[in-house]
Amino acid sequence: METLTAFLITPFVEMAEYPVFFAEVVANGLLTGIMYSLVALGFVLIFKASETFNFAQGVMVLFAALTLVGLQEHGVPTWLAIGITVGVMVLLAMAIEKVMLRPLINQDPFILFMATIGLTFFLEGFGETLWGSNVKRLDVGIPEQPLEVPLGGDFMLLNEFDLWAAGIGAVMVLGLALFFHRTTIGRALRAVADDHQAAMAVGISLRTIWVVVWSVSGIVALVAGIMWGAKSGVQFSLSLIALKALPVLILGGLTSVPGAIVGGLIIGIGEKVGEVYWGPLVGGAIENWFAYVLALIFLLIRPQGLFGERIIERV
Amino acid sequence: MFYREAGQFKSDYGADQAIFPIPQDRYVVIAILAFAFLVVPMIASEYWLQAILIPFLVFSMAAIGLNLLTGYAGQLSLGTGGFMAVGGYMTYKFTTFWPELNIVACFLLSGLCAAGVGVLFGIPSLRIKGFYLAVATLAAQFFLVWTFNKVPWFYNYNPSGTVTAPPRTILGVMFTGPEASAPARYLLALSIVVVFALAAKNLVRGRIGRSWMAIRDMDIAAEIIGFRPFQTKLLAFAISSFYCGVAGAMSLFLWLGSVETEAYGIDISFQVLFMVIIGGLGSILGSFLGAAFITLMPILLTNTPQFFGFSMASDLQKHIELMIFGGLIIFFLIAEPHGLARLWQIAKEKLRRWPFPY
Repeated sequence: METLTAFLITPFVEMAEYPVFFAEVVANGLLTGIMYSLVALGFVLIFKASETFNFAQGVMVLFAALTLVGLQEHGVPTWLAIGITVGVMVLLAMAIEKVMLRPLINQDPFILFMATIGLTFFLEGFGETLWGSNVKRLDVGIPEQPLEVPLGGDFMLLNEFDLWAAGIGAVMVLGLALFFHRTTIGRALRAVADDHQAAMAVGISLRTIWVVVWSVSGIVALVAGIMWGAKSGVQFSLSLIALKALPVLILGGLTSVPGAIVGGLIIGIGEKVGEVYWGPLVGGAIENWFAYVLALIFLLIRPQGLFGERIIERV
Repeated sequence: MFYREAGQFKSDYGADQAIFPIPQDRYVVIAILAFAFLVVPMIASEYWLQAILIPFLVFSMAAIGLNLLTGYAGQLSLGTGGFMAVGGYMTYKFTTFWPELNIVACFLLSGLCAAGVGVLFGIPSLRIKGFYLAVATLAAQFFLVWTFNKVPWFYNYNPSGTVTAPPRTILGVMFTGPEASAPARYLLALSIVVVFALAAKNLVRGRIGRSWMAIRDMDIAAEIIGFRPFQTKLLAFAISSFYCGVAGAMSLFLWLGSVETEAYGIDISFQVLFMVIIGGLGSILGSFLGAAFITLMPILLTNTPQFFGFSMASDLQKHIELMIFGGLIIFFLIAEPHGLARLWQIAKEKLRRWPFPY
């Protein structure tokens, strides 16, 4: 009985008693969630266009951030370094298309998935060979002052940096939405996502599309890398946020851009609230698996995720 | 003499359905087994047994388990490490609780525990498929490892949080614990793997294996012709987790001797998945080939530069190893997406026509 109370009632009582603290936890969760969404976006883009689950997205984040920091350390001004890194990511996309995707056309998605894991190892080794493996500080001039936001007669502590991250995330989603819906190449992308063969039949070059998609997700990775890198330093563990983005992805649906955002927010909030209010009851550090279990429960109800395309099976 | 099927006639169904219908295959397998059981323990050094052969056997076992689930029943799983952890920790609990119980019996009991856990985490597979399922099984991976980390009962309230294999003997020979000799541990691991590989091979040739393959190839169609997806999928999860559980127990008791939960981390899950895919999905032989490839490759990569007299900074070498490893995986997938087992099949077909190919 006492355990039940501790699990089912006390946390909610605490939430009601200290609403400002609760709001802070939720806001923190939201902002972390946006960071997850940034990583998840890259996955969704590639999954949409090539039905490949790109496990290397996390390492692409690391690689982009490493390149940027490496250039900065060599005295390249930040804006130029960002430009060069974008170029590097585009080159990388072209190389991946040429070396890896083209020979694997028409293979099972399993095989492509494994190939991207191979790519993960390769890029990790490559990035660290080029730029070294020590922890680096990334500074692109985003302010990091704590902000006090008035809330019902009290003040809520927020980090200015997180707000910037949220803003940049929003701009990116908007930009991607415009890119997908308003440009010719965006339309071609959507056509490819719908049906590879039909798209080829009307004259869309699958190869160009793949290069574009991988470049765009490389740029998304760069943005995610800048945000995460500025927050926690550029180091190997950066590539592990890919694992954090997975539950976000399946929660939102593998094929949906808004799904990645909403999924990220849900996971971010769920994780923080779960850790703060229920974590101590079971020994803490539940952040590792909580997101997965949350996503699993969601999936049992909606197997295609929140916004995923309905899975229609035919014999 | 030559590798030929021509002229080998069979006069009853039993001979036709044998696992190795061609005598040459049979002789080769018997020779390899005899070599592995009799010669290897005598000639192999401690290093070879401990660093190469025992891990190879442990991972073969896990790879067979995952191959049953992913290769035969078509359910992608990334929870292998978690199921192995169940095996390792439960064996530890069983053998410390009943020290007089035979250690192999403990392995099997813990395998059953792993099977139970596998069924539990297999339930979502009924509604979730493909990559969604893969991520769902990651929940098993993280949750199980967290549980073994946080619940002190599993490691007997040991302050360091590690579990250590206690010394256990069978018929007066010590097989586990720090005193056990490497050849003894090797032989026990080899026996377990041989028995279970044979069991798996027979399993996939029979009714159960066929129902798995039917589900893998198209589950709706399989359902329509009368396979029950619920039972079939859960059975696949149970048996696969049983194998993984025994592999986890072997890795603690026969290989590492003392582990923390990191030894069953997500890396292990990916490694075993690699073995299965590089070796060949849906092939027992492939599980062995894949396990050999993945365990040997890093050792080879580490030793090659020294062999040629290069010396590099150790972290640089580690990075280059990673690069080569990743590159090789991509190369193998491009060269032969169906795995090493398929290469072996092609080689056999070539051999059949040798020396007069047409």
